[in-house]
Amino acid sequence: MLPASVPNQANQNRVNAPEDVVIDFGLLSLTILISMTATSFTFVVLAISALAGFLGALTGLGGGVVIVPALTLALGVDIKYAIGASLVSVIATSSGAAAAYVREGFSNIRIGMFLEIATTIGAVVGAFLAGRFSTHALAIIFGIVLLQAAYQTVFKGSLENTEPIESDAMARRLRMGGHYPVDGKMQEYGVRNVPAGFGLMFGAGALSGLLGIGSGAVKVIAMDRAMRIPFKVSTTTSNFMIGVTAAASAGVYLSRGYIDPRVAMPVMLGVLAGAFLGSKVLVLAPVRTLRIVFALVIVALAIEMIVNGIAGRI
Amino acid sequence: MDDRRLEIIIGNLLRVGVLVAAALVFAGGVAYLAAHHGDRISFHSFAREGSSLRSVPGIITSAAHLKSEGIMQLGLLLLIATPVARVVMAVFGFGLERDWLYVVVSLIVLAVLVGSLSRAV
Repeated sequence: MLPASVPNQANQNRVNAPEDVVIDFGLLSLTILISMTATSFTFVVLAISALAGFLGALTGLGGGVVIVPALTLALGVDIKYAIGASLVSVIATSSGAAAAYVREGFSNIRIGMFLEIATTIGAVVGAFLAGRFSTHALAIIFGIVLLQAAYQTVFKGSLENTEPIESDAMARRLRMGGHYPVDGKMQEYGVRNVPAGFGLMFGAGALSGLLGIGSGAVKVIAMDRAMRIPFKVSTTTSNFMIGVTAAASAGVYLSRGYIDPRVAMPVMLGVLAGAFLGSKVLVLAPVRTLRIVFALVIVALAIEMIVNGIAGRI
Repeated sequence: MDDRRLEIIIGNLLRVGVLVAAALVFAGGVAYLAAHHGDRISFHSFAREGSSLRSVPGIITSAAHLKSEGIMQLGLLLLIATPVARVVMAVFGFGLERDWLYVVVSLIVLAVLVGSLSRAV
């Protein structure tokens, strides 16, 4: 059993004594609550996760990026439990949305499956590294990844490849090209630079395994920028890949004890409910404004993560 | 059967998997809160020792004894299995299309997944 109901857990560890844990310099002024009842913990995490899932679905960023900082900064959950719970929620949203994405006709299963060789191997490497890195280092890396994700959210940075391109020799041999609907007509597209995309995907997988996130942002960069795949195809194929990538680190996480059901239960249920609601209101939402607001929240969380990581408080 | 149709069937199966997993996690969660609602819990320090919920046999035993944490973890395990099922179905899907290159590609991905999950057996 985990030392769940030891009320003065924090006092056994003077580094994290209660008087040290009020973050008073930050943009969000978050207070770490050392100990809560199981009921209040569950409902607070449910609420946070539902909001994260909702915003994640609306902005296309996924919920994982805010779950980890919210759990560690606001509730004082050890980052290893937080990334374990987040990884589970990443699988839930990816598998849950698969049918919808396929119906739209954008995702390319050949590109996805081929690149998953890189992301899954990367994810296993990342999951092993997560056990080697200190929680401070993980918090700092997480913060940097958050800053990048926020930047990419606002300055979408897509090349908007409207010009159809020819596949290069390697992509042709791998039969990666495909077609997708544009204004009701099917548009052919080609694929380039498979080795560069493959390398970036290894990095995306490693980040996913290290931090318990989907790392969809890096996956989209690899496909959209490096491989010149149309943006819509890149984002939907990325969603397809996220679940498989996360499953590759899940075995390592599970055997290490990162997945504690008491944390993962409200995170998974909250994110699923939020993402479902988000996908229903997507059409009505002012997405551009939401993206900017969400990006600002992410920047604030990133700074908190980095500062707390450097100060040794996470 | 073309790519799209197969993918839609797979997608729907995955959604069923996620819903069953969520139902298990929810049921386990209700049972957990019913038994432990007033417990003070803290996840401030990571403690990995001695949990039966870190291996597949341990999870199944715990869930079979109707322990709430075991039921929740079984649901999470089922959820983790959904992407694995997706890759298995892709192996068969590409096989039906006699696309041997992508059968091999899918099998490599499956091998990595099984290799990682076998750590928890």
